[in-house]
Amino acid sequence: MKSVAYSTLKIALGALMIVCASLAAEAQTLKVPAGFKTSIVADNLGKARHIALTKKGDLYVKLARPVNGKGILFLKDKDGDGKYDETSGFGSYGGTGIYLKDNYLYASSDEEVFRYELDENQAVVKPESPEKIVKGLIARNQHETKSIVLDNSANIYVTIGAYSNSCQVQDRRQGSPGRPGCPILDSAGGVWQFKSDRLNQSYGEGIRYATGLRNVVGLDWNSQDKSLYVMQHGRDQLSMFPDLFSSEQSAELPSECMFKIIKNDDAGWPYIYYDHIQKKNILAPEYGGDGKKEGDTKYIKPVVGFPAHLAPNGLLFYTGEQFPAKYKNGAFIAFHGSWNRSPQAQEGYYVAFVPFKNGAPSGDWEIFAEGFAGVEVVNSPRQAQHRPCGLAQGPDGSLFVSDDVKGTIYKISYTKN
Amino acid sequence: MNKLKIVVLLTATSVGAMAQTKKPAPKLKANTVSASALRSSLERGKEMYATYCVTCHQTDGGGVPNLNAPLIKSSNVVGDKKKLINILLKGMQGIDIDGESYSNVMPSASYLTDQQIADVLTYIRNNFENKASAVTAAEVNLIRKSK
Ligand code: HEC
Repeated sequence: MKSVAYSTLKIALGALMIVCASLAAEAQTLKVPAGFKTSIVADNLGKARHIALTKKGDLYVKLARPVNGKGILFLKDKDGDGKYDETSGFGSYGGTGIYLKDNYLYASSDEEVFRYELDENQAVVKPESPEKIVKGLIARNQHETKSIVLDNSANIYVTIGAYSNSCQVQDRRQGSPGRPGCPILDSAGGVWQFKSDRLNQSYGEGIRYATGLRNVVGLDWNSQDKSLYVMQHGRDQLSMFPDLFSSEQSAELPSECMFKIIKNDDAGWPYIYYDHIQKKNILAPEYGGDGKKEGDTKYIKPVVGFPAHLAPNGLLFYTGEQFPAKYKNGAFIAFHGSWNRSPQAQEGYYVAFVPFKNGAPSGDWEIFAEGFAGVEVVNSPRQAQHRPCGLAQGPDGSLFVSDDVKGTIYKISYTKN
Repeated sequence: MNKLKIVVLLTATSVGAMAQTKKPAPKLKANTVSASALRSSLERGKEMYATYCVTCHQTDGGGVPNLNAPLIKSSNVVGDKKKLINILLKGMQGIDIDGESYSNVMPSASYLTDQQIADVLTYIRNNFENKASAVTAAEVNLIRKSK
C-alpha cells in the first residue's frame, strides 16, 4: 500500500506544480540589469528558433516545425505600439537558421540553405520561389539542425552537427570505444563555408572551414576582428565511464565552449573535451582518456569556457548604440538550458554576456537576462515554460530573444532609469 | 537478494513452438510474481533506472522535449512486453512516438543482464503513472535468445 500512498502524493504534488506553474506564467518577468526593460513583442508563434530583424524592425522567425504549412514567419508592427500585430508566413520547411544580409534573407532546413531576394524595405519579393544555394547536407536524427551566418565577403558559414555524442562504435552505449579516425568528421562535426551567391552547392563546392566541433547552433561573424565565433554543445554522459567519472563530474563536465575560428581550425571533438576547471583539453575516455591525460596540442582552446551542458543556441556580438558602453562589441549568448545534468537540477535557461575588447574577452561572463523558465528550479527540461534560443539586434539597438517552447519573442531595451 | 520466487506461466503452445522451431517469436503471457519478489525487483529497477536511464528520461520519466521520449503513460511501456524488451535489447532511433520525433538515440542496453533488464522494465511499468505486470528475467532471456 506504500506505493499507492506514494502515487497519491505524486498526483497531489503534480497538481500543486500545475497551479504554481500557471501563477508563475502570469507573473513572469525577466530579470535584467538595472536600467534595462523587457517586453513580450510576440507570442505563441510555434517552435521559434533563430530570428532576424530588418532595418525597419520587422521580424523574421524560423520555426523548427512549420505551423499551418509555414516554416518562416514575417511579423510587422502596423500600429507602432511596440508589439507585432501582423503575421504572414512562407517556406514550407522546418529548420533553425535564418540570417539577413543586405538584399537577401537566408534560411535553412536541416539539409539545405535557401535565399530570398528582398525589396527596399527588406520584405521578401517572391516568398514561394527562393534560390537553393546549398543542398544535400547530412541530417541523421541527431544534432541535425543547420545554423547560418554570413561574413562581409559573400561567404556563408553553415554548421553541420555530428550525428553522435562522442563517435563511439555504438553511439551512447556503455563501454563502446571511440571509432579511430572518426569518419563522421568528413561530412559533419564542423562548419562549412559556401558562396552566398552560388546555387546548388554541396560538399564538393564547399570548404570544411573548421572541424572537431560536435554541434554548433549559435554562431556569429565578428566584424570587428573579422572572425567567425561559434558556441559548441559539448559531449555529455561522461558517466558512461563510472570508474572514471562520478555522476556529479558528468554533470559539471565538460565545458560549453566559445571558440574563435580561424580557417582549418580543429576543436578536437571527439578526441578531446575542454575541462574548464583544470583549464585543459583532456583526452576523451572513449579514446583512452582518464579525466587527467591531456589531448594533442594541435587542438584549439576556447576563448571562453562556460559550465557544462548549458546548450548555447544563440550568439550575437552587440554593435548597437543603445546599451551602455560596456556592452559594445561584447557577446550575448542564449543558453537553451541543460537536460543532461540529471539527477541534479538543470542549469542555463538564460542569456549571458561576455565583455570584449580588441577581439578578446575583457572580463568574466555574467548572466544578463534570466527567468525564462518561469520556475525557480528546473529539475526536468519540460518544466521550463520558455527556453532562449535565437538572438537578434533591432535597428534601435534593442536585443531580441526567441523562445522555442511557446514561441515567445522578448525585446530587451536600455532605458537608463 | 534471497530466493526470488518467480513463477512464469508460459502457455504450452508457445513453449511447444519454441521446442520445435526457432522461427515463431515466443508469446509472453501472464506471469505471477510474488509480492516480495516484485518489491525487490522494483528496488533494483529503481537503481538501474538511476544509473542507466535517468540522464535521458529524467527523474520524473518525462523525457526531454524534442530529444528523449517520455515514459509517462506510454503505451509502449505498459503494452506488449516483447516489443518493450526489444526496445531495450536493440535500442531505438528515429521512430516517431505519438506524432513527436526525438533527435537522440536510445542506446541498446543488451550489456545488462536479463535480470537487470527485467528489473528496470518492471520499474518503469510501475512508475511514471504506468501500471502493468512485472517483467521477468526468464521473459527477457526468451526474447534475447529468439533473435
Ligand atoms: C542517450 C539517451 C537515452 C538513454 C540513456 C535511454 N534512453 Fe530510452 N529513449 C531515448 C530516446 C531518444 C527514445 C526515443 C527513440 C525514438 O523515438 O526512436 C527512447 C525511447 C525509450 C522507450 C520507448 C518509449 C515509447 O513510448 O515508445 C523506452 C521504453 C525507453 N526508452 C526506456 C529506456 C530505459 C529503461 C533506459 C535505461 C536502461 C533508457 N531508455 C535509456 C533515449 C535514451
